[in-house]
Parts: sequence; structure tokens; C-alpha cells
Amino acid sequence: MSDTQQISDLKIVAFCCQYCAYKAADLAGSLRLQYPPEFRIIQVPCTGRLDTVEVLHAFEEGADGVVTLGCMPGDCHFLEGNLRARRRVEWVKKVLAEVGLEAERVEMYNLSSAMGDKFAEYATEMTERIRKLGPSPLRRSGKQVAETPVAGVS
Amino acid sequence: MIVAEQKPLAEIKSMLGEAKRVLVVGCGTCVTVCFAGGTKEVAVLASTLRMSTHLDSKETVVDEVVVQRQCEWEYIDPLLATLDQYDLVVSLGCGVGVQTLAERFPKIRVVPGLNTMFMGLPTKTGECEERCQACGNCVLDQTGGVCPISRCSKQLLNGPCGGSQNGKCEINQDVPCAWQLIWERLTNLGRQQELLKVQPPKDWSTSRNGGPRRIVREDLQLPEGYRD
Repeated sequence: MSDTQQISDLKIVAFCCQYCAYKAADLAGSLRLQYPPEFRIIQVPCTGRLDTVEVLHAFEEGADGVVTLGCMPGDCHFLEGNLRARRRVEWVKKVLAEVGLEAERVEMYNLSSAMGDKFAEYATEMTERIRKLGPSPLRRSGKQVAETPVAGVS
Repeated sequence: MIVAEQKPLAEIKSMLGEAKRVLVVGCGTCVTVCFAGGTKEVAVLASTLRMSTHLDSKETVVDEVVVQRQCEWEYIDPLLATLDQYDLVVSLGCGVGVQTLAERFPKIRVVPGLNTMFMGLPTKTGECEERCQACGNCVLDQTGGVCPISRCSKQLLNGPCGGSQNGKCEINQDVPCAWQLIWERLTNLGRQQELLKVQPPKDWSTSRNGGPRRIVREDLQLPEGYRD
């Protein structure tokens, strides 16, 4: 496998707020700005919707990095969803360190819907960071972490 | 409610031993409210255990389930049908929940994922404070509804002591003096004269000093032959 192919194998899940980052991604496209193809966008109604367990599940399912992109502090459509998301991201960093993964694989950025260039910049910055870290150790064995994510009686 | 907090992941992992199939059991009552053992916390622990054991090159299967109440037989009995699939149960219930599972399912190893801390309430989101020590002889009628047993560092019945400074306890500036709170509460109620009465030494035989406690209500007990 060539280096180029290895790079394209990386998966960075980007949870983007629909009011800012998702629109900024749209703007980046309109401006014909390039950002790395490893950056996979998932639209969320607000970054405050994001829970710790969803970030962990992303890693379990094979993500090499997870990014949360929310509104500028003070500009959240739901007042403080972005501030809560940042606290959760900081918490997830600690959880990942306990698990044995690099805390740098998770990050949060703030931007507005008018910042298409910043979106491309953050996407490039995070992808470069993950390229340096390499694929997630959870993927290196080539086996899926869980047989089934959830089994329950409840 | 009972307040607990999760043990460090490394400690929980050390309890797994050679278990290949693990079930994390949460509780939908007290420990859900204090964010220690509810659906989300169970999902997070199961996920971190799956990833962590995977990184250790172990093939551990970690499943998850939450019962409404871990401290009553009827809520945990439905687990019996699936328990034979597992080598180990990690309980995210309080100490009572762990023991209820262990007592009901003698053939499976049950380990605690939480440290049970105290009986208290969430004073604000993300914070819980102690309010009761289950001394078995409640004195809240004499202290304006503020418990000197759980909230006074010395468990004084005739406080405050000399360590009360500016309404705070000498052990920590973040701890309010229980007797200051009692004084303020009774003053607001216009009943401060009640504090002139000197309380006699407390009867601690109803507390832990008398060993494990038990309550029997003969009027509620089922006749011989009926199944509990």
C-alpha cells in the first residue's frame, strides 16, 4: 500500500453545527477552497447536542479523529450549546487518555457561517495533526472493536 | 438519594481479570440522577472498556444494560435469562445494587464500578452534597430541618463549636457551618429560643454502632408458603 493510499484511509469525523460550521463548509465549497478528503462532515442541530458517548462510538467504529465545530462563543443559536460542547470535548480528552488513545485525536473549533476560509484551515490543521499521529491504534489490528455496539434487556 | 461516583477505568479494568464476556449493568434510579450509573454512563464505560481491552489485544466482549432499580429482586430478575452468556458483571449501581445482584445470581461474579459516597441531593447540575447519614434517630425537628449529624463535621448536637468562622466550618472554607445554618433557619422561623435547650447525648445504638440494621414489618410479611 502506498503512502497516498494510507492517507486516504484516515477518517476524521467532523460534527458541524447547522448554523455555523455546516454553512461555513458550504461557503468553503462555493469559494472553491480545498480541504482534505479525510474530513467527513456530520450535521448536528447544535454542538450542544453532541454527547460524550457519540464521540466514543465514533472511535469504536473506526474514526481516527473527531472534531466538533460550533459557533463563536456568545453566538450559539441555543445560547450556550457550544460552551457545553467544549466542556464535553475537554472531558472526552481525559476519557481517551484513560483508554490509551491520544487526547489530541479530539478537538473543538469555533467559527461563524461566514468563515469558509477558517473551515478549510481548521480541516487542514486537524487532518495534518491526525496524519502525524497515524491511524487510530484501535484500527491497526484490523478487527472491529465490538461485535455489536449494544445488547440490552432494558 | 444515594450518591456515587465512578471508579477509575484502570481499577475497573483490573477487576475484569480473564473475563471474556462482560455485562455492564446500570441502574435507572439514584445513580442515574447523580450521573454515575445511568444509561449514558453505562454506554460510556462499556465503550471505554471495549476500546481499552481491544488496545490490550484482548477479545473482551462488553455489553450493556440498565435496569430500573438494581436494589429490588423483581427489577433484576429479567437479567437471569441472559446472564449465562457472561463471565462477569460490572455493576454501575450503588453498593446495595452490587450486593443485590451478587445475592440473587450466586453463580456469576459481580464487581463494583462505582464508589458509593453518601446520601444527599444534587444542589446544582454536576454537584451533589451529603444530607443524611442514616443514624436511625432523626433530630431534624430540633434543628430546623438542617442535619447536624451529616452536615456538622463534629456531629455536634449542641453547636456551634469554636471552629465556626464567618458561617464556615474550620475544616474547609467551602463547607458551611451546619450550626450557623441551623441558627439562621430557626431565626427565620422565629424559633431560636428552642436552641436554649441542651440536647442530651445521642443514642447511637440505632446507627452503625449496633451492627447491620434490619427492619421487620410483620403486618406486611407474607404468610408461610407465599413467594417473596
